[in-house]
Amino acid sequence: MNTNSAVPPSSVEDLYAEADHWHVNTGGTTIHAKRMAGRWRTIKWAAASIWLIYFLGPYVRWDDRQAVLFDIPNRQYHLFGATVLPQDFWMLSLLLLFFAIMLAVVTALVGRVWCGFFCFQTVWTDVFTWIEEKLEGSPAQRRKLDQAPLDLTKVRIKATKHGLWILIGFMTGFSFVAWFADAPSLWGRFFLGQANSAAYITVALFTVGTYVLAGFLREQTCFWLCPYARIQGVMLDSTTIVPAYDVGRGEPRGRVKRGESTQNREAGDCVDCNQCVAVCPTGVDIRNGQQEGCITCALCIDACDQVMDKVGRPRGLIRYASLEEFEGRPPKALLLRPRVWVYTAIMTVALAGIFYGFSTLAAIDLKVLHERAPLYVRLSDGSIQNRYTLKILNKMPEDLAVRISASGLETFTLVGADEEIMAAPGGVSSTTVFIRVPRAALQGERQPVIFHAEATRPNGVQVTAERESVFIAPRP
Amino acid sequence: MAENNPFPGENNTGHVWDDNLRELSNPPPRWWMIGFWLSLLFVVVYTTLYPSWPIGQQATPGLLGWTQIQEFERRVAQVEARRAPFEEQIANLSAEEIIADPGLLQYTLASAKVLYGDYCAACHGSGGQGNPSYPVLADDDWLYGGSIARIKESITNGRRGAMTAHADLLTEAEVDALSTWVVELAEGGEGSAEGWDLYRAKACNACHGEAADGVLATLPDGEIVTVGAANLTDGIWRFEPGGYESARHTILYGVNQQGVPQTRDAVMPAFGTVARVDDVEVRKLSPEDIKKLAIYVHQLGGGS
Repeated sequence: MNTNSAVPPSSVEDLYAEADHWHVNTGGTTIHAKRMAGRWRTIKWAAASIWLIYFLGPYVRWDDRQAVLFDIPNRQYHLFGATVLPQDFWMLSLLLLFFAIMLAVVTALVGRVWCGFFCFQTVWTDVFTWIEEKLEGSPAQRRKLDQAPLDLTKVRIKATKHGLWILIGFMTGFSFVAWFADAPSLWGRFFLGQANSAAYITVALFTVGTYVLAGFLREQTCFWLCPYARIQGVMLDSTTIVPAYDVGRGEPRGRVKRGESTQNREAGDCVDCNQCVAVCPTGVDIRNGQQEGCITCALCIDACDQVMDKVGRPRGLIRYASLEEFEGRPPKALLLRPRVWVYTAIMTVALAGIFYGFSTLAAIDLKVLHERAPLYVRLSDGSIQNRYTLKILNKMPEDLAVRISASGLETFTLVGADEEIMAAPGGVSSTTVFIRVPRAALQGERQPVIFHAEATRPNGVQVTAERESVFIAPRP
Repeated sequence: MAENNPFPGENNTGHVWDDNLRELSNPPPRWWMIGFWLSLLFVVVYTTLYPSWPIGQQATPGLLGWTQIQEFERRVAQVEARRAPFEEQIANLSAEEIIADPGLLQYTLASAKVLYGDYCAACHGSGGQGNPSYPVLADDDWLYGGSIARIKESITNGRRGAMTAHADLLTEAEVDALSTWVVELAEGGEGSAEGWDLYRAKACNACHGEAADGVLATLPDGEIVTVGAANLTDGIWRFEPGGYESARHTILYGVNQQGVPQTRDAVMPAFGTVARVDDVEVRKLSPEDIKKLAIYVHQLGGGS
């Protein structure tokens, strides 16, 4: 008898023994998913570890200050060497566009990778249930503990669990606030009651939010709160690879019977052990096909592969595959798919815009407001005078002495610009200047005039800004 | 009724209409009831602490003794305390010293802008652009001088120009000749010799000056001596729309002449003089406010 092809019944029997416990999620009961080691489990932890940046990032220093600091009271946003003022915030919209499109392109190619591997809801829930398993044991033990009467042991275990959850919630909130304030000193100020009230409110909201969302709502968030799960239908197409059950190979599913071997098995490869349901964090049955509840975390692939190994069948009954592949069509090359081109084009434009923005971050910015009441004034010598309010924004960290000049008119006098204007860092300084044009030199009702502002930084670098305005004269 | 309840085992009140429409007795959820009682408690606490229940024309004072007018006065005092150091400096410094201090000047202009809007803009326009028969403040043509001292004087005491009505003093031909000559001057011309002769012969130069520029004399410090007569040599007309008809009208009927219905009105009220109303000394603007306004008007574009 060929031992390889014979199924050792004992290996799957214990799976069948517990199979009755695994139910598809219909809401109402807490899902206690089984944890299994495996390739995708490892990848999932690796992906989740990206969130360490969220916790540790605020403590990175750069030039005597926090490397990334969103200083809302001073309206300055420090990103390593660069300082961005609210005036440059159009770049943020490009960044958001970039990430939105990246989400779309990734979903179009490989499904809900964000949901399954990176989403904070998934990651935090994963960590919370990991703690639960460490403290309360396997899913069966957890269910038993939930139903057990309240005694000292149960209270101790539950209190530890909820305490740890709240601690993680607090750290989540605190780390969020730390991006907006000097992180090391925030610790002291926070616990001495000297921090901003917004900090306390934010930390409280995040603590409660994390505790409730990752501790209790869990997959319900994906089902009922998250809009992304609902719009995935338009992002996926038949070429998208997602964790999928190979219906042709698996069906008809049937339990392994005693003495059955690969040769005489009549049913398909699916041995109906329900392990894929057991490990699913949202409690869906992948064998029903792509569905809203599937966050494509690929944990069912690990589970199924282990079972296939046990029953001596090839892996991949559940695998990353596209609809086209199951239909026997050859996979379409990546570059032949219009979505890839469109999405890539938009991402490139967004990135180019951000690079342009950062490379042209002006040191000073000049705005010119032409006086409207009156638009012009006739002076006693017959010349025409226009009044302008200049607003100079200094984006540099030091005081700048700004010189103002004008050009664009043939004959004119600039009045009020003899002295340099001291522009304070990060602020707007305003001044009033006049342009006078003699009667003989007037050329029409409206003439463009360009104002220039220039200053020298302490390091000798010349910074300039200019702005076009208009000179208005009475109708000749 | 309870005996023949068609829907037993359900918490209905036994009231059934139209066979199956019945009144259930479902208590509100506990959280709702807690909120309900807490809100009642809140009302009791709040109305005890703060003025609430009306008693005739008054209301219960509340244990905290809080009133709206106190709150208002407290906030006003806060604002005034914030402004006090600036106001003190403005009161003690001269206008020139204020202009030399950029921070103080910024405060002065911001504060004067409000005063200007309240007291000046109605006639002189929001930006000093003037209105028909109200002079432009943004140009450099000043009837009484454009230095800060003179502007302060004009605001404090007001101005009331005067020009004789010449309808009975000059012949029709003389009025026509002078009007034509004034238009020539305004358009940048030299003016005819006959015009100049007539101007001097009729003693127009007594007010409008030897050079017809409204200046009677110039003091060593550069200040001009005027009686408020217009500069006839520049292109700016005191009375809109300007030109021959305007000039003729002004010569015929004068400015601020009693008993002449067609006369030009040109009165600037006094904003700084003290008047007694019901035995209380009142004035529209304090000397500090006038100082601020003088600085503001001076920088509108034509201060000298």
